[in-house]
Amino acid sequence: MADRPVQLIACHDCDLLQRDIALNPGCTASCRRCGAVLYRNATDSIDRTLAYTLAAGILFLVANVFPIFSIEVQGDRSAITLFGAVLSLWQQGMEIISLMVFVTAIVAPALELISLTILLMPLRLGLAPPSHTLFMRTLQFIEPWGMVEVFMLGVLVSLVKLTHNFRVIPGFALWSFGLLTLLLAAAAASFSARDVWARLDPRSQGEVAP
Amino acid sequence: MTRAPASAAAQGLCSCHVCQLVSRRPRFSSPAHCPRCGATLHFRKPGSIQRCWALVIAAYILYIPANALIMMETGSLITYRKDTIVSGVVHLWKTGSWMIATIVFIASVAIPLLKLFSLTLLLISVQRRSTWHPRQRTRLFRLLEGVGRWSMLDIYVVTLLAALVQLGSMATVKAGPAAIAFGAVVVLTMFATMQFDPRLIWDPLQKEDIHD
Repeated sequence: MADRPVQLIACHDCDLLQRDIALNPGCTASCRRCGAVLYRNATDSIDRTLAYTLAAGILFLVANVFPIFSIEVQGDRSAITLFGAVLSLWQQGMEIISLMVFVTAIVAPALELISLTILLMPLRLGLAPPSHTLFMRTLQFIEPWGMVEVFMLGVLVSLVKLTHNFRVIPGFALWSFGLLTLLLAAAAASFSARDVWARLDPRSQGEVAP
Repeated sequence: MTRAPASAAAQGLCSCHVCQLVSRRPRFSSPAHCPRCGATLHFRKPGSIQRCWALVIAAYILYIPANALIMMETGSLITYRKDTIVSGVVHLWKTGSWMIATIVFIASVAIPLLKLFSLTLLLISVQRRSTWHPRQRTRLFRLLEGVGRWSMLDIYVVTLLAALVQLGSMATVKAGPAAIAFGAVVVLTMFATMQFDPRLIWDPLQKEDIHD
Protein backbone atom coordinates (compact mmCIF):
# COMPACT_ATOMS: atom_id res chain seq x y z
CA MET A 1 0.00 0.00 0.00
CA ALA A 2 1.15 3.52 -0.72
CA ASP A 3 1.65 6.05 2.04
CA ARG A 4 -1.39 8.11 1.17
CA PRO A 5 -4.74 6.32 1.13
CA VAL A 6 -5.70 4.97 -2.29
CA GLN A 7 -8.36 7.17 -3.77
CA LEU A 8 -11.16 5.12 -5.17
CA ILE A 9 -13.90 5.97 -7.58
CA ALA A 10 -16.90 3.90 -8.62
CA CYS A 11 -18.25 4.31 -12.15
CA HIS A 12 -21.73 5.86 -12.01
CA ASP A 13 -22.89 3.74 -14.95
CA CYS A 14 -21.43 0.29 -14.16
CA ASP A 15 -20.15 0.55 -10.56
CA LEU A 16 -16.67 -0.67 -11.44
CA LEU A 17 -14.24 0.23 -8.70
CA GLN A 18 -11.21 2.06 -10.04
CA ARG A 19 -8.29 4.06 -8.76
CA ASP A 20 -8.55 7.80 -9.04
CA ILE A 21 -5.46 9.05 -10.88
CA ALA A 22 -4.17 12.55 -11.52
CA LEU A 23 -4.88 13.84 -15.02
CA ASN A 24 -3.08 16.28 -17.25
CA PRO A 25 -5.05 19.50 -17.87
CA GLY A 26 -7.81 19.06 -20.40
CA CYS A 27 -7.78 15.26 -20.17
CA THR A 28 -10.70 13.01 -19.41
CA ALA A 29 -10.83 9.82 -17.37
CA SER A 30 -13.17 7.18 -18.79
CA CYS A 31 -14.39 3.98 -17.20
CA ARG A 32 -12.27 1.00 -18.19
CA ARG A 33 -15.28 -1.25 -18.55
CA CYS A 34 -18.21 0.78 -19.91
CA GLY A 35 -16.53 3.89 -21.28
CA ALA A 36 -18.48 6.41 -19.18
CA VAL A 37 -16.75 9.72 -18.51
CA LEU A 38 -15.69 9.55 -14.86
CA TYR A 39 -14.12 12.98 -14.44
CA ARG A 40 -12.19 15.63 -16.29
CA ASN A 41 -9.31 17.84 -15.37
CA ALA A 42 -11.08 21.07 -16.26
CA THR A 43 -8.64 23.96 -16.29
CA ASP A 44 -9.64 26.90 -14.05
CA SER A 45 -13.00 25.22 -13.60
CA ILE A 46 -14.28 27.62 -10.95
CA ASP A 47 -13.08 30.85 -12.61
CA ARG A 48 -14.36 29.92 -16.04
CA THR A 49 -17.69 28.55 -14.90
CA LEU A 50 -18.31 31.65 -12.78
CA ALA A 51 -17.50 33.94 -15.72
CA TYR A 52 -19.84 32.06 -18.06
CA THR A 53 -22.53 31.93 -15.37
CA LEU A 54 -22.50 35.68 -14.69
CA ALA A 55 -22.57 36.49 -18.40
CA ALA A 56 -25.40 33.99 -18.89
CA GLY A 57 -27.30 35.58 -15.98
CA ILE A 58 -27.25 38.99 -17.63
CA LEU A 59 -28.31 37.53 -20.98
CA PHE A 60 -31.05 35.53 -19.27
CA LEU A 61 -32.57 38.77 -17.92
CA VAL A 62 -32.29 40.45 -21.34
CA ALA A 63 -33.82 37.41 -23.05
CA ASN A 64 -36.79 37.49 -20.70
CA VAL A 65 -37.45 41.24 -20.81
CA PHE A 66 -37.36 41.88 -24.57
CA PRO A 67 -39.71 40.36 -27.16
CA ILE A 68 -38.51 37.23 -29.00
CA PHE A 69 -40.17 38.23 -32.23
CA SER A 70 -43.20 40.09 -33.47
CA ILE A 71 -45.55 39.58 -36.40
CA GLU A 72 -47.17 42.25 -38.50
CA VAL A 73 -50.65 41.88 -39.95
CA GLN A 74 -51.99 44.85 -41.89
CA GLY A 75 -49.88 47.30 -39.94
CA ASP A 76 -50.93 45.70 -36.67
CA ARG A 77 -47.89 44.51 -34.80
CA SER A 78 -47.96 42.01 -31.96
CA ALA A 79 -44.80 41.12 -30.10
CA ILE A 80 -44.19 38.32 -27.64
CA THR A 81 -41.89 37.72 -24.71
CA LEU A 82 -41.27 34.30 -23.20
CA PHE A 83 -43.28 35.07 -20.08
CA GLY A 84 -46.00 36.63 -22.25
CA ALA A 85 -46.31 33.35 -24.12
CA VAL A 86 -46.57 31.40 -20.87
CA LEU A 87 -49.23 33.80 -19.57
CA SER A 88 -51.20 33.74 -22.82
CA LEU A 89 -51.31 29.94 -22.83
CA TRP A 90 -52.52 29.95 -19.23
CA GLN A 91 -55.36 32.31 -20.19
CA GLN A 92 -56.30 30.04 -23.11
CA GLY A 93 -56.94 27.27 -20.59
CA MET A 94 -53.81 25.24 -21.29
CA GLU A 95 -52.52 25.56 -17.75
CA ILE A 96 -50.48 22.34 -17.76
CA ILE A 97 -48.59 23.17 -20.95
CA SER A 98 -48.06 26.71 -19.74
CA LEU A 99 -46.61 25.39 -16.48
CA MET A 100 -44.32 22.97 -18.31
CA VAL A 101 -42.89 25.75 -20.44
CA PHE A 102 -42.57 28.03 -17.42
CA VAL A 103 -40.61 25.44 -15.44
CA THR A 104 -38.33 24.20 -18.22
CA ALA A 105 -37.56 27.51 -19.95
CA ILE A 106 -37.62 29.99 -17.05
CA VAL A 107 -37.49 28.41 -13.57
CA ALA A 108 -34.93 25.65 -14.20
CA PRO A 109 -32.29 27.80 -15.97
CA ALA A 110 -32.79 30.56 -13.39
CA LEU A 111 -32.30 28.12 -10.50
CA GLU A 112 -29.26 26.68 -12.23
CA LEU A 113 -27.65 30.09 -12.64
CA ILE A 114 -28.50 31.18 -9.09
CA SER A 115 -27.14 27.97 -7.54
CA LEU A 116 -23.92 28.18 -9.55
CA THR A 117 -23.38 31.80 -8.51
CA ILE A 118 -24.07 31.12 -4.83
CA LEU A 119 -21.65 28.17 -4.88
CA LEU A 120 -18.84 29.55 -6.99
CA MET A 121 -18.73 33.22 -5.97
CA PRO A 122 -17.70 32.47 -2.33
CA LEU A 123 -15.25 29.78 -3.51
CA ARG A 124 -13.64 32.32 -5.84
CA LEU A 125 -13.30 34.75 -2.93
CA GLY A 126 -11.92 32.03 -0.68
CA LEU A 127 -14.98 31.74 1.54
CA ALA A 128 -17.20 28.80 2.38
CA PRO A 129 -20.45 28.82 0.38
CA PRO A 130 -23.63 28.85 2.50
CA SER A 131 -25.61 25.55 2.66
CA HIS A 132 -23.55 24.11 -0.18
CA THR A 133 -25.12 20.65 0.06
CA LEU A 134 -28.54 22.11 -0.72
CA PHE A 135 -27.30 24.00 -3.76
CA MET A 136 -25.21 21.12 -5.11
CA ARG A 137 -28.27 18.89 -4.86
CA THR A 138 -30.47 21.53 -6.48
CA LEU A 139 -27.99 21.75 -9.33
CA GLN A 140 -27.98 18.00 -9.82
CA PHE A 141 -31.77 17.77 -9.65
CA ILE A 142 -32.53 20.70 -11.93
CA GLU A 143 -29.93 20.01 -14.61
CA PRO A 144 -32.04 17.73 -16.86
CA TRP A 145 -35.00 20.13 -16.76
CA GLY A 146 -33.33 23.28 -18.04
CA MET A 147 -34.10 23.22 -21.76
CA VAL A 148 -33.02 26.58 -23.13
CA GLU A 149 -31.35 24.98 -26.17
CA VAL A 150 -34.52 23.05 -27.03
CA PHE A 151 -36.54 26.24 -26.59
CA MET A 152 -34.14 27.99 -28.95
CA LEU A 153 -34.79 25.37 -31.62
CA GLY A 154 -38.52 25.75 -30.94
CA VAL A 155 -38.20 29.49 -31.58
CA LEU A 156 -36.48 28.84 -34.90
CA VAL A 157 -39.09 26.29 -36.00
CA SER A 158 -41.96 28.66 -35.12
CA LEU A 159 -40.15 31.45 -36.95
CA VAL A 160 -40.06 29.40 -40.14
CA LYS A 161 -43.69 28.33 -39.73
CA LEU A 162 -44.82 31.92 -39.22
CA THR A 163 -43.01 33.27 -42.25
CA HIS A 164 -45.44 31.30 -44.45
CA ASN A 165 -48.32 33.55 -43.43
CA PHE A 166 -46.92 36.64 -41.73
CA ARG A 167 -44.23 39.23 -41.85
CA VAL A 168 -42.02 38.29 -38.91
CA ILE A 169 -39.67 40.74 -37.23
CA PRO A 170 -36.97 39.14 -35.05
CA GLY A 171 -36.74 40.69 -31.59
CA PHE A 172 -33.82 41.46 -29.36
CA ALA A 173 -34.43 38.41 -27.17
CA LEU A 174 -34.01 36.09 -30.16
CA TRP A 175 -30.30 36.92 -30.34
CA SER A 176 -30.03 36.86 -26.55
CA PHE A 177 -31.46 33.35 -26.44
CA GLY A 178 -29.01 32.23 -29.10
CA LEU A 179 -26.06 33.54 -27.11
CA LEU A 180 -27.53 32.28 -23.84
CA THR A 181 -27.66 28.75 -25.30
CA LEU A 182 -23.94 28.93 -26.08
CA LEU A 183 -23.01 30.37 -22.69
CA LEU A 184 -25.04 27.78 -20.76
CA ALA A 185 -23.33 25.01 -22.74
CA ALA A 186 -19.94 26.57 -21.98
CA ALA A 187 -20.77 26.84 -18.27
CA ALA A 188 -21.93 23.22 -18.16
CA ALA A 189 -18.79 22.06 -19.97
CA SER A 190 -16.38 23.89 -17.66
CA PHE A 191 -18.19 23.08 -14.40
CA SER A 192 -16.79 20.16 -12.45
CA ALA A 193 -18.88 19.04 -9.50
CA ARG A 194 -15.99 16.82 -8.42
CA ASP A 195 -13.66 19.79 -8.02
CA VAL A 196 -16.26 21.73 -6.05
CA TRP A 197 -16.84 18.80 -3.68
CA ALA A 198 -13.10 18.44 -3.26
CA ARG A 199 -12.74 22.14 -2.46
CA LEU A 200 -15.63 22.01 -0.02
CA ASP A 201 -14.16 19.14 1.96
CA PRO A 202 -10.45 18.52 1.34
CA ARG A 203 -10.31 16.19 4.34
CA SER A 204 -12.21 13.31 2.82
CA GLN A 205 -11.42 13.83 -0.84
CA GLY A 206 -12.05 10.54 -2.58
CA GLU A 207 -10.92 8.61 0.47
CA VAL A 208 -12.49 5.42 1.60
CA ALA A 209 -13.91 5.88 5.06
CA PRO A 210 -12.76 3.12 7.42
CA MET B 1 -11.53 -19.06 -10.47
CA THR B 2 -10.84 -16.07 -12.69
CA ARG B 3 -11.27 -12.79 -10.95
CA ALA B 4 -14.01 -10.71 -12.51
CA PRO B 5 -13.53 -6.93 -12.34
CA ALA B 6 -14.94 -5.90 -8.99
CA SER B 7 -17.91 -3.62 -8.69
CA ALA B 8 -17.91 -1.31 -5.71
CA ALA B 9 -21.05 -2.90 -4.29
CA ALA B 10 -19.50 -6.39 -4.33
CA GLN B 11 -16.76 -5.02 -2.04
CA GLY B 12 -19.26 -3.42 0.32
CA LEU B 13 -18.38 0.00 -1.02
CA CYS B 14 -21.03 2.47 -1.99
CA SER B 15 -20.66 5.61 -4.06
CA CYS B 16 -22.78 8.56 -3.00
CA HIS B 17 -25.38 9.52 -5.62
CA VAL B 18 -24.92 13.20 -4.83
CA CYS B 19 -21.18 13.74 -4.38
CA GLN B 20 -19.73 10.45 -5.77
CA LEU B 21 -17.65 9.81 -2.65
CA VAL B 22 -16.93 6.12 -2.20
CA SER B 23 -17.43 4.91 1.35
CA ARG B 24 -17.74 1.59 3.14
CA ARG B 25 -21.19 0.49 4.08
CA PRO B 26 -22.23 -2.65 5.95
CA ARG B 27 -24.48 -4.58 3.57
CA PHE B 28 -27.67 -5.12 5.53
CA SER B 29 -27.52 -2.41 8.13
CA SER B 30 -29.90 0.43 8.88
CA PRO B 31 -29.82 3.41 6.50
CA ALA B 32 -26.33 4.83 6.09
CA HIS B 33 -25.37 8.37 5.19
CA CYS B 34 -22.55 9.77 3.12
CA PRO B 35 -19.77 11.04 5.40
CA ARG B 36 -19.15 14.04 3.15
CA CYS B 37 -22.55 15.35 2.08
CA GLY B 38 -24.99 13.50 4.33
CA ALA B 39 -27.11 12.01 1.52
CA THR B 40 -28.67 8.60 2.15
CA LEU B 41 -26.48 5.88 0.64
CA HIS B 42 -27.88 3.24 -1.68
CA PHE B 43 -25.96 0.52 -3.47
CA ARG B 44 -28.50 0.80 -6.30
CA LYS B 45 -31.36 3.22 -6.91
CA PRO B 46 -34.16 1.86 -4.69
CA GLY B 47 -37.08 0.27 -6.57
CA SER B 48 -35.46 1.19 -9.87
CA ILE B 49 -37.08 -1.47 -12.05
CA GLN B 50 -40.59 -1.21 -10.61
CA ARG B 51 -40.68 2.59 -10.75
CA CYS B 52 -39.23 2.64 -14.23
CA TRP B 53 -41.81 0.09 -15.47
CA ALA B 54 -44.66 2.09 -13.94
CA LEU B 55 -43.53 5.29 -15.65
CA VAL B 56 -42.90 3.55 -18.99
CA ILE B 57 -46.33 1.89 -19.00
CA ALA B 58 -48.01 5.20 -18.15
CA ALA B 59 -46.09 6.81 -21.01
CA TYR B 60 -47.19 4.06 -23.46
CA ILE B 61 -50.82 4.65 -22.51
CA LEU B 62 -50.57 8.41 -22.91
CA TYR B 63 -48.74 7.99 -26.22
CA ILE B 64 -52.05 6.90 -27.78
CA PRO B 65 -54.04 10.12 -27.14
CA ALA B 66 -50.88 12.12 -27.87
CA ASN B 67 -50.97 10.83 -31.44
CA ALA B 68 -54.70 10.31 -31.96
CA LEU B 69 -55.93 13.69 -30.71
CA ILE B 70 -55.44 17.16 -32.18
CA MET B 71 -52.12 18.83 -31.44
CA MET B 72 -52.73 22.18 -33.08
CA GLU B 73 -55.63 23.99 -34.73
CA THR B 74 -54.70 26.64 -37.25
CA GLY B 75 -57.21 28.84 -39.00
CA SER B 76 -57.11 31.79 -41.35
CA LEU B 77 -59.65 33.42 -43.69
CA ILE B 78 -59.17 30.75 -46.34
CA THR B 79 -58.09 27.58 -44.55
CA TYR B 80 -58.83 25.78 -41.36
CA ARG B 81 -56.72 22.84 -40.27
CA LYS B 82 -56.69 20.46 -37.36
CA ASP B 83 -53.37 18.67 -37.11
CA THR B 84 -52.21 15.70 -35.12
CA ILE B 85 -48.48 15.34 -34.59
CA VAL B 86 -48.01 13.15 -37.66
CA SER B 87 -50.34 15.09 -39.97
CA GLY B 88 -48.53 18.26 -38.93
CA VAL B 89 -45.24 16.76 -40.04
CA VAL B 90 -46.78 15.56 -43.31
CA HIS B 91 -48.26 19.01 -43.97
CA LEU B 92 -44.87 20.64 -43.36
CA TRP B 93 -43.27 18.18 -45.78
CA LYS B 94 -45.88 18.78 -48.48
CA THR B 95 -45.61 22.56 -48.22
CA GLY B 96 -41.89 22.35 -48.88
CA SER B 97 -40.39 22.81 -45.41
CA TRP B 98 -38.40 19.58 -45.55
CA MET B 99 -35.82 20.76 -43.06
CA ILE B 100 -38.39 21.71 -40.41
CA ALA B 101 -40.46 18.61 -41.16
CA THR B 102 -37.41 16.43 -40.52
CA ILE B 103 -36.53 18.21 -37.27
CA VAL B 104 -40.09 17.97 -35.96
CA PHE B 105 -40.33 14.32 -37.03
CA ILE B 106 -37.16 13.43 -35.13
CA ALA B 107 -38.15 15.35 -32.01
CA SER B 108 -41.83 14.38 -31.81
CA VAL B 109 -42.03 10.93 -33.41
CA ALA B 110 -38.62 9.25 -33.54
CA ILE B 111 -37.25 10.23 -30.11
CA PRO B 112 -40.34 9.33 -28.00
CA LEU B 113 -40.61 5.94 -29.74
CA LEU B 114 -36.88 5.32 -29.40
CA LYS B 115 -37.11 6.11 -25.70
CA LEU B 116 -40.12 3.89 -25.02
CA PHE B 117 -38.79 0.89 -26.96
CA SER B 118 -35.26 1.24 -25.60
CA LEU B 119 -36.41 1.53 -21.99
CA THR B 120 -38.59 -1.56 -22.49
CA LEU B 121 -35.62 -3.45 -23.93
CA LEU B 122 -33.35 -2.35 -21.09
CA LEU B 123 -35.91 -3.24 -18.42
CA ILE B 124 -36.61 -6.70 -19.84
CA SER B 125 -32.91 -7.48 -20.31
CA VAL B 126 -32.12 -6.38 -16.75
CA GLN B 127 -35.00 -8.40 -15.29
CA ARG B 128 -33.84 -11.50 -17.14
CA ARG B 129 -30.34 -10.85 -15.76
CA SER B 130 -29.02 -10.91 -19.29
CA THR B 131 -25.30 -10.63 -19.95
CA TRP B 132 -25.89 -9.65 -23.56
CA HIS B 133 -23.67 -6.75 -24.76
CA PRO B 134 -23.64 -4.79 -21.50
CA ARG B 135 -21.45 -2.06 -22.99
CA GLN B 136 -23.83 -1.45 -25.90
CA ARG B 137 -26.82 -1.36 -23.54
CA THR B 138 -25.07 1.15 -21.32
CA ARG B 139 -24.37 3.29 -24.37
CA LEU B 140 -28.01 3.08 -25.35
CA PHE B 141 -28.96 4.33 -21.88
CA ARG B 142 -26.56 7.26 -22.12
CA LEU B 143 -28.04 8.14 -25.52
CA LEU B 144 -31.54 8.17 -23.99
CA GLU B 145 -30.38 10.48 -21.21
CA GLY B 146 -28.97 12.95 -23.69
CA VAL B 147 -31.64 12.91 -26.33
CA GLY B 148 -34.89 12.85 -24.31
CA ARG B 149 -35.17 16.57 -23.70
CA TRP B 150 -35.44 17.40 -27.43
CA SER B 151 -38.96 16.00 -27.53
CA MET B 152 -40.13 19.18 -25.82
CA LEU B 153 -39.66 20.96 -29.15
CA ASP B 154 -43.28 20.66 -30.30
CA ILE B 155 -44.57 21.93 -26.96
CA TYR B 156 -42.50 25.09 -27.35
CA VAL B 157 -43.58 25.58 -30.97
CA VAL B 158 -47.27 25.24 -30.05
CA THR B 159 -46.82 27.64 -27.13
CA LEU B 160 -45.13 30.32 -29.21
CA LEU B 161 -47.56 30.06 -32.12
CA ALA B 162 -50.67 29.94 -29.94
CA ALA B 163 -49.53 32.93 -27.94
CA LEU B 164 -48.48 35.03 -30.90
CA VAL B 165 -51.27 34.40 -33.36
CA GLN B 166 -54.17 35.80 -31.38
CA LEU B 167 -55.46 38.38 -33.82
CA GLY B 168 -59.18 37.63 -33.67
CA SER B 169 -60.80 36.71 -36.97
CA MET B 170 -57.66 37.14 -39.06
CA ALA B 171 -55.90 34.00 -37.91
CA THR B 172 -55.96 31.66 -34.96
CA VAL B 173 -53.66 29.02 -33.61
CA LYS B 174 -54.85 26.89 -30.72
CA ALA B 175 -53.12 24.15 -28.81
CA GLY B 176 -55.17 20.96 -28.83
CA PRO B 177 -55.67 18.26 -26.17
CA ALA B 178 -52.85 16.13 -27.62
CA ALA B 179 -50.36 18.74 -26.42
CA ILE B 180 -51.09 17.82 -22.78
CA ALA B 181 -50.82 14.08 -23.45
CA PHE B 182 -47.63 14.54 -25.44
CA GLY B 183 -46.11 16.76 -22.76
CA ALA B 184 -46.94 14.09 -20.20
CA VAL B 185 -45.22 11.43 -22.34
CA VAL B 186 -42.06 13.55 -22.49
CA VAL B 187 -42.02 14.19 -18.74
CA LEU B 188 -42.85 10.57 -17.83
CA THR B 189 -40.13 9.13 -20.06
CA MET B 190 -37.63 11.60 -18.63
CA PHE B 191 -38.52 10.49 -15.10
CA ALA B 192 -38.35 6.85 -16.22
CA THR B 193 -34.83 7.37 -17.58
CA MET B 194 -33.80 9.00 -14.29
CA GLN B 195 -35.19 6.07 -12.31
CA PHE B 196 -33.39 3.44 -14.36
CA ASP B 197 -30.11 2.39 -12.79
CA PRO B 198 -27.56 1.44 -15.51
CA ARG B 199 -25.46 -0.40 -12.92
CA LEU B 200 -28.12 -3.12 -12.93
CA ILE B 201 -27.00 -3.95 -16.49
CA TRP B 202 -23.60 -4.97 -15.12
CA ASP B 203 -24.69 -6.77 -11.96
CA PRO B 204 -25.41 -10.17 -13.59
CA LEU B 205 -21.67 -10.31 -14.40
CA GLN B 206 -20.96 -10.43 -10.68
CA LYS B 207 -23.20 -13.46 -10.02
CA GLU B 208 -24.39 -11.79 -6.86
CA ASP B 209 -27.63 -10.10 -5.93
CA ILE B 210 -27.35 -6.51 -4.87
CA HIS B 211 -30.31 -4.76 -3.35
CA ASP B 212 -31.10 -1.25 -2.22
